[in-house]
Amino acid sequence: MKITKRLFVKLAGATALAGALAGPAAAWEPTKPVDFVIMAGAGGGADQIARFLQSVAEKKDLMNRPLVPNNKGGGSGAEALIALNTSRDPDHTILVTLNSFFTTPLRQENLGIDVMTFSPVAMMGVDPFILWVHKDSGITTFEEWLEEVKKGGYVMGGTGKGQEDSLVITYLEQAFDLDIKYIPYKGGGDVAKDLAGKQVMATVNNPSETKGFYANGDVVPLLSFSDERMEAFPDVPTLKEKGADFSYYNQRAVVGAPGQSDEAAAYYQDLFETIYETEEWQNYMDTESISPLWLSPEEQKDYWATQVERHKELLAAMGE
Amino acid sequence: MEILGLLTDGVLVSLMPINILLIVIGVTLGLFIGAMPGLGSVNGVAILLPITFLVPPGSAIIFLAAIYYGAMYGGAISSITLGIPGASTAVATTFDGRPLAMKGRASLALVTAALASFIGGTVSNVLFTIFAPMLAKVALAFGPPEIFALMLLAFATFVGLGGDDIPKTILSICLGLVFAAVGFDEISGAPRLVFFDIPGFLHGINFLVLAIGVYGIGEMIWTIESTRGEITTTEAKMSVKGIVNDSKEGMKRGWKGTAIGSFLGFFVGILPAAGATPGSLMSYGVAKMVARKPGEFGKGHPGGVAAPEAANNSASTGAMLPMLTLGIPGSPTTAILLGGMVIWGLTPGPRLFIEQPDFVWGLIGSFYVSNFFAVLVNLAFIPLFIWMLRMPFTVLAPLIFVLSVVGGYAATQDMHDVWLMLAFGFGAFFLRKLDYPLAPAVLAIVLGPIAEPTLRQSLLLSSGDATIFFTRPIAGPITIIAIILILLPLLKFIRDKFSGKTKREV
Repeated sequence: MKITKRLFVKLAGATALAGALAGPAAAWEPTKPVDFVIMAGAGGGADQIARFLQSVAEKKDLMNRPLVPNNKGGGSGAEALIALNTSRDPDHTILVTLNSFFTTPLRQENLGIDVMTFSPVAMMGVDPFILWVHKDSGITTFEEWLEEVKKGGYVMGGTGKGQEDSLVITYLEQAFDLDIKYIPYKGGGDVAKDLAGKQVMATVNNPSETKGFYANGDVVPLLSFSDERMEAFPDVPTLKEKGADFSYYNQRAVVGAPGQSDEAAAYYQDLFETIYETEEWQNYMDTESISPLWLSPEEQKDYWATQVERHKELLAAMGE
Repeated sequence: MEILGLLTDGVLVSLMPINILLIVIGVTLGLFIGAMPGLGSVNGVAILLPITFLVPPGSAIIFLAAIYYGAMYGGAISSITLGIPGASTAVATTFDGRPLAMKGRASLALVTAALASFIGGTVSNVLFTIFAPMLAKVALAFGPPEIFALMLLAFATFVGLGGDDIPKTILSICLGLVFAAVGFDEISGAPRLVFFDIPGFLHGINFLVLAIGVYGIGEMIWTIESTRGEITTTEAKMSVKGIVNDSKEGMKRGWKGTAIGSFLGFFVGILPAAGATPGSLMSYGVAKMVARKPGEFGKGHPGGVAAPEAANNSASTGAMLPMLTLGIPGSPTTAILLGGMVIWGLTPGPRLFIEQPDFVWGLIGSFYVSNFFAVLVNLAFIPLFIWMLRMPFTVLAPLIFVLSVVGGYAATQDMHDVWLMLAFGFGAFFLRKLDYPLAPAVLAIVLGPIAEPTLRQSLLLSSGDATIFFTRPIAGPITIIAIILILLPLLKFIRDKFSGKTKREV
């Protein structure tokens, strides 16, 4: 009882702050387990984040009904987007997203998905990308890397054409006139492993997926695609320092199914704000090198609109 | 020696009264979760993971390890008694487990499964203890061409066997491969084979849906047809003396399968792409291949139960290796455990053995103890499972049907898959009437999703040059062995033709 009360008070506060829906109506609460759809297969970066969020909700006893993780990674997240789009109970369906939230509907228009119809819940942070090589390559700077790639026959691994890392690689190819062979993998973890095993020569990967091998000294970071140098990698220059106006992040956000009621959306917004503020999540962002980027629901929608436009351009540049 | 000290500490921690209690509860829960069709160790660990936040991490790991092990044992139970694979890892156990039960030898099958599981688990724990850091390098050396070569070898063990009709086996494999291709293409991200635009096909065909359809529903129809509705009961007797005798017989006839499963299962388990299910299927194939009379496999040979059961337990420890040392889960269950470790504040990866040795060896220590208790709990419950078998088929058939439907639904929680499973059941019945082997189709739907992307990745690496499978130091020998195995029956056939024999020895 105590928890519900506390939640209610928080929720009332949140809605008052947002200036919306201030009324005497009892706060909405889920009446059955919440379908917590994950836009990736089990074990990847997005999956780990989703399960971490779920565990925080569980540990802190934040919900009267559980979040039930549901991996739908098929077709670069198309499976998950379809599931949300056709959800019969949008009030009990939320989704953990990455950037395929923007790219997949653009690349597969026949799916008939408009992300702007989804309900914004929370932006939990953005995950930067880094260019990695194996230590045995002897390459330690971006310039040396460019030289090596220009010799030809260079092989990189990533999570698939049209996916986040491939957009970055395509940008590099075009900006620096490179020709790179791209091998698609199932997930970021597999990509990191095959870099450590020298099956591919370089990768563009989130720090969280590569950090084990980095800590062990197997792989070397050359360049980050963040706006500023990352705290965890102070010696790694950004692409911006190299004169190219380009940065790229993977969004770690939670969204609601299209057609979700305002009351339910307010509930989830408050829930994930509470999770965002926990020490657990703050520490997680720290150890996994995720950059904080808190956005209000309105700002999230604006962010989506700009990201959709940006990905249209990036995909067009790729020839998709 | 430091490792041994840490391991001893781990075992001793597991033997604390509170932890023993957790182990017994975990193993028993796991046993029943594993025995429920559609629910396997993945579900067990996922459902119970949040509970572990209530106890200290040390006990939490022990509890999860107990569930994991219990589920690995439990999968065999419904495979044998009902003919429905209790978990994905126990599909191969139905091949011989069910025929044994039909012959009234269910207790032999169950006892063999329990003992083989125990041995497989122990062997892999020992292998893990001695070789873990070294084997992490082996896992890294396996790139796409090596994994594909291994998959080719797995198919070869099924094709290259005498006894079955080769063209029919190949057709069955092709059918499984087509089913495996349904859904999204991993490489291009485009949907494939989405029949009639039914959205249910988008997530692909879960192989449990095929396996439960073939072995649960198909088997049920088969039995109904062959008994013509007569009320029959399976002869199944149970006594302590019986268990002792069964243990002796099971080990005498199943030791080879156990040995193969223990080692092969571990090795396949440590490869991040594979896991326990391919490991158990491959072990079955190899055990059949090296058997003196391969024709007895599939008709109720204890070796056919021992091999996959030893393998799936062995692989479950093996799958911990890439998870702990590379941060890459070798099976869906370890993926969940990986999430758990992150929550406990541990970073899996190459540094874990150096930075958190007490955690790693504590985990392995709890495996030793869990494995030991799992075999005891499992043996203790065997009379209950046997008793279930003594129900008349008129009671058993509806039970099988209900469990199959639940199992088909649980995998993806989509009614679409239940209809599909029923369709597979009828399809399997007719194919069986026409003498098509169905195990290869199940094998293909498991291995297809591993083989296809690695084939395409390899060919991308080599710019379309297939010699990549022959020129790499690890992939080369595996590919050549696979090709020899595939060609073996053909050579035999030609030789027989020339020597004037019309019928081959089986």
